Amino acid sequence: MNSAVITFPGSNCDRDMMVALRDVFGKAPTQVWHRDTALPDNLDFIALPGGFSYGDYLRSGAMAANSPIMREVKAAAERGVPVLGVCNGFQVLTEAGLLPGALMRNAGQHFVCRDVALKVENAQTLFTAAYDAGETITIPVAHHDGNYFADEATLDALEGEGRVVFRYTQATNGSRRDIAGIVSAGGNVLGMMPHPERAIDPAHGGTEGRRLFQAVMEGLAATA
Amino acid sequence: MKKRIFVTLKPGVLDPQGRAVHHALDGLGYAGVNDVRIGRLIELDVADDVSDETIAEMCEKLLANMVIENYRIEDAA
Repeated sequence: MNSAVITFPGSNCDRDMMVALRDVFGKAPTQVWHRDTALPDNLDFIALPGGFSYGDYLRSGAMAANSPIMREVKAAAERGVPVLGVCNGFQVLTEAGLLPGALMRNAGQHFVCRDVALKVENAQTLFTAAYDAGETITIPVAHHDGNYFADEATLDALEGEGRVVFRYTQATNGSRRDIAGIVSAGGNVLGMMPHPERAIDPAHGGTEGRRLFQAVMEGLAATA
Repeated sequence: MKKRIFVTLKPGVLDPQGRAVHHALDGLGYAGVNDVRIGRLIELDVADDVSDETIAEMCEKLLANMVIENYRIEDAA
């Protein structure tokens, strides 16, 4: 598994993501800087980590979405390379147009930092095949701008196409229809506010994020 | 040449900040405030040959998020 983690100025979950990928994939990812203009060859997986890229200036993820490396990430996503955006990474993916909708300030105004229960709405994606459909898993969130917004037509389309992958079991941040994570039409781009990379080791207090990375590894091995 | 760009939330998009400020104004005793919506003012100083079409392009690519926001370009005095 050749993987890469993109680091933007202000990313702060990039090391957690690298540790998770190294641990599950058995091979350390390449850390790629936002100003790089090329990704490593033969990449199997790209992760956009959490954090506060560019200090959340203008809008969360807006500046990072226009950084040089994102042209390459978009091209790779269009070729079908799996891309995972967590938290700020999800914000970057929506700002870059790789996923629909936008992530706004939490409805309650407060930063939300705690474990949340998520329902796995679609267990047939590359990222969720190791979960059971309808299973409830516990993964931490830590965000100020996680309030998912899209117009009703977009939401209906996402639901109808099985692209709502994770849903909060309780209202968490004001997200429309309690959406916590969605995939692209092609199914290879997942954006989610909760942090699976912070739930891969018993010392984290939970390991239910681990299966997401395992599913990707097994899914790619099966199609290789 | 100076331009002002007003970026505002689209109608129907919930504005948690506006709601909190509305609540604070109520708390200060100002009656009769029906709604508060918070936007962003961006001042651009551009060369004279930069057209409004180009500035509109800047808005749609970066300055505004067209999923949730509208923008309006004005000449600054």
